[in-house]
Amino acid sequence: MALTGRDAGAVPASPPGLGTGRNSVFRRMSSFGRSHETWAWKWTGWAAAAVPLFALTFTVIVLLVKAWPSIRVNGGFFVSGSAWKPGNTYGATVYTHGVAHPLGSSYGAWPLIVGTLQTSGIAVVLALPISLGAAFALTEQLPSWLARPLAFAVEILAGIPSVIIGLWGVLTLGPYLAQHVYPIIADHVPDVPVLRYFRNPVGHGEGLATSGIVLALMIIPIITATTRDLFVQVPPLPKEGAIALGMTNSEVARRMTIPWVRSGIIGATVLGLGRALGETIAVAMVSGAALNTIAPNIYGTMGTIAAAIVTQLDSAYTDGTGFAVSALAEAALVLAAITIAANVIARLIINRTSRNGAPVGRGI
Amino acid sequence: MSMMTRDATGTRGRRMRELAFRGMTLLALVLVVGPAAWILIGVVARAVPHWQWSVLVTPTSGATGGLSQDIVGTLVLMAGVLVVAGTLGILAGVYLSELAPPTSSGRAGGRLFRSATEVLSGVPSITLGFVAYVALVVGLHWGFSLLPAVIVLSVMVIPYIAKSTETALSQVPTGYREGAEALGMSPSYSLRKIVIRSAIPGVVTGLLLALAIAGGETAPLLLTAGNTSSYPTGALLHQPIGYLTYPVWTFYNYPSDQAHYLAYDAALILVVIVMVLLVVSRVIVARTQRHAEGGRG
Repeated sequence: MALTGRDAGAVPASPPGLGTGRNSVFRRMSSFGRSHETWAWKWTGWAAAAVPLFALTFTVIVLLVKAWPSIRVNGGFFVSGSAWKPGNTYGATVYTHGVAHPLGSSYGAWPLIVGTLQTSGIAVVLALPISLGAAFALTEQLPSWLARPLAFAVEILAGIPSVIIGLWGVLTLGPYLAQHVYPIIADHVPDVPVLRYFRNPVGHGEGLATSGIVLALMIIPIITATTRDLFVQVPPLPKEGAIALGMTNSEVARRMTIPWVRSGIIGATVLGLGRALGETIAVAMVSGAALNTIAPNIYGTMGTIAAAIVTQLDSAYTDGTGFAVSALAEAALVLAAITIAANVIARLIINRTSRNGAPVGRGI
Repeated sequence: MSMMTRDATGTRGRRMRELAFRGMTLLALVLVVGPAAWILIGVVARAVPHWQWSVLVTPTSGATGGLSQDIVGTLVLMAGVLVVAGTLGILAGVYLSELAPPTSSGRAGGRLFRSATEVLSGVPSITLGFVAYVALVVGLHWGFSLLPAVIVLSVMVIPYIAKSTETALSQVPTGYREGAEALGMSPSYSLRKIVIRSAIPGVVTGLLLALAIAGGETAPLLLTAGNTSSYPTGALLHQPIGYLTYPVWTFYNYPSDQAHYLAYDAALILVVIVMVLLVVSRVIVARTQRHAEGGRG
């Protein structure tokens, strides 16, 4: 049939069988493949993205199930009591609230909780100003040929495994601080209520102060890297305007740059805090890993929850009733709760402060 | 002559504050770079005097011998993490960045998954190791072996890979995607050929960083891979596997000098592996940035 004018550009009716041109079987197969390829990407991607959620819920569920005996028996004593007692694991089994546990066992994790919060607090207090200063130095003050290798040095610090930092802390930093730095502080601090904490005895370098310093070193790269990225994103025009008006670099930094990225800095700090709370190996090596003590002064040995879990898990399995493992599971649950709470608080702070748009700061 | 206004004294104070600021920021940088150098030099200085090349090819026997089974074990674990976490992390990053359907309010999709990923990256590694020990090693009777170790390390590292993949994908210029769509490419074809291909350097950097993190982990491996002095056999279950962080953690306070030397040697090898990964990823970043600056983005 001849094609009239109107039909001239139309697609011819597709003949049966293999087809030709746009409707050939091969074309249809590849479009079949293409739309199904999108489907494949989407659903494997969805499954992969679901893995962290699945892992998180699995973790929480396993911890709750394992910790339940300990929660039942220890109750509130777990977070308020100061004695981590496995009891007589070769002795009689006693039943409390229907849970079997060795005679005399009761687990109080308050010193561990205090130790965790103390070391992480010291780490953040030390790391925040140093990270901000280093980030300023790297982005605004040093020429780029110097800044790039130094930024790489910060990345190296981030990549060093924590067990090696712990090793260095035990073998090098701890003794150095105990012989050269701590005595100077301890001998010259007056006997006044708050500063009393810094007096002698100084110990041998394994304790709260060294743990705090080592943890600070481990979280500095995180905060520095994030802050560097934030500083680079501050728009140059307001800063240049401020400099044109005669503000010094420090004033520009204090009144323009930092307020602009304040919520990001808070987020980065809490990220570092989360890392410090969960750091296990370096702190276990450098803190002395004590179970039942709160450090009597800033140089004293103590323990953190994470260090206790890693050092006690082996011996916990000698408890045939499984109660010791349950206590460690509850400790892990407390630690996970603290870390997740810190994370969520950070997210809320970031959302709240960033909703106001980019703040310009009070001094302008 | 100068006018003795309040601005003049203010200027002197401000100038001093400026000098103090410069000094303190440089001091802060020294306080960061100095310890990093101190640690590296310390590791090298302790390991080199007693270094023997036989350490690389002899397995450990008790607390002496060499480290070869630990080296192979670490490399096997890193390969496992690369395969498992690399695939899952990249797929998750691609999904979160490109394919998640937007929510009803129009915001980016996949927010539950993204929040879960961020929360997971904050969970301490000891907690994940504990859960894997209780659930997999003991609960499912897998014993200390390769599979629970790879699972734990992958779960730890997937958030980093997903985030770096998402970042790399977000840096692909929108013009590429729009041009691809204008040319009639299907979404999956443009995803595969254009978008992901441009993001490969960022993705590879994320993978290398994740390998460095996984290779340096101790606590979860103590609880899932156990320890052994024999080479990995390729068995996924019931066969413990050695790894380089184990001698550092256990041998450093043994009462024998030989054990100490092994600990330092393991630390040195670990540092070398991590440095290689970091330097390679830096080179990749520098190479692609040069391309981006030279070409027209």
